[in-house]
Amino acid sequence: MPIDWIYGLAGGLVIGLGGAVYLLANGRIMGASGILGGLIDGSGRDSGGERLAFLAGLVGVPALIALVFGLLPDTEVTGNAALLIVAGLLVGAGTRLANGCTSGHGVCGMSRLSLRGIVATVFYIGAGGLTVLAFRHILEVI
Amino acid sequence: MRMLFAAVAGGLFGAGLMLSGMTDPRKVQGWLDVFGAWDPTLAFVMGGAIMPMALAWAMTRRRAGPLLGGAFPAPPEPRLGHNLVLGSVLFGMGWGLVGLCPGPAMASLGYGGPSVWLFTLAMAAGMLAAPRLRVRIDTIAAGA
Repeated sequence: MPIDWIYGLAGGLVIGLGGAVYLLANGRIMGASGILGGLIDGSGRDSGGERLAFLAGLVGVPALIALVFGLLPDTEVTGNAALLIVAGLLVGAGTRLANGCTSGHGVCGMSRLSLRGIVATVFYIGAGGLTVLAFRHILEVI
Repeated sequence: MRMLFAAVAGGLFGAGLMLSGMTDPRKVQGWLDVFGAWDPTLAFVMGGAIMPMALAWAMTRRRAGPLLGGAFPAPPEPRLGHNLVLGSVLFGMGWGLVGLCPGPAMASLGYGGPSVWLFTLAMAAGMLAAPRLRVRIDTIAAGA
């Protein structure tokens, strides 16, 4: 739907603005998995405060928009607990092995034509596409 | 000051994800569903985000350093390596199964319901296990 594309483009610009602030002010790459992962495995202990502040904004601002202004985006997440756990484990371990996810490799890496960012993006989109093909159209479970 | 700017960056990131529709797994799985009802929205989000980011990278070449001190990130590592490919494949599989990646999962913790919390907790567990997994994979790769 074209209206969704406009929201997508506008939202994308705001995402990129966030990444630009984090780069130009703090000198850091805005990667969601790296910022959280560095706190979880202890590798980012030196910049712990900055990471926590970023995550507070990331979780808090959308929550505030939803709760205070009542702007609840239309969203539907599966209720299948086994699926959620398996997918969460795969996303957590995979992004840390690859050193980045959609924001770090996709947005920040590809925007500076990083070969690693481009290769990672090709592989996660390819694997995601094949997974949806297999589980939605062949096995019909998602 | 560093924490204030970090919080602003995180807030913009979260608000942008919310506005873009990317916290709705149906839109993400729709993008990945090339053989079904394909939804191109994610390409608009990615394109929209890359534009200001490319401008920011261009600005780093004209400035001595970040506003709050320190240094800009080093140029990208040229070496690809097996972990980049294997990790991205595992990530893509999880992304396709549920339609959530780390940013949108955290951005929708406040309004996405218990499923998002369960996913995020499992994701944190996967992140905790990753360093040990990496050692095992590197050992196998070195022997191969």
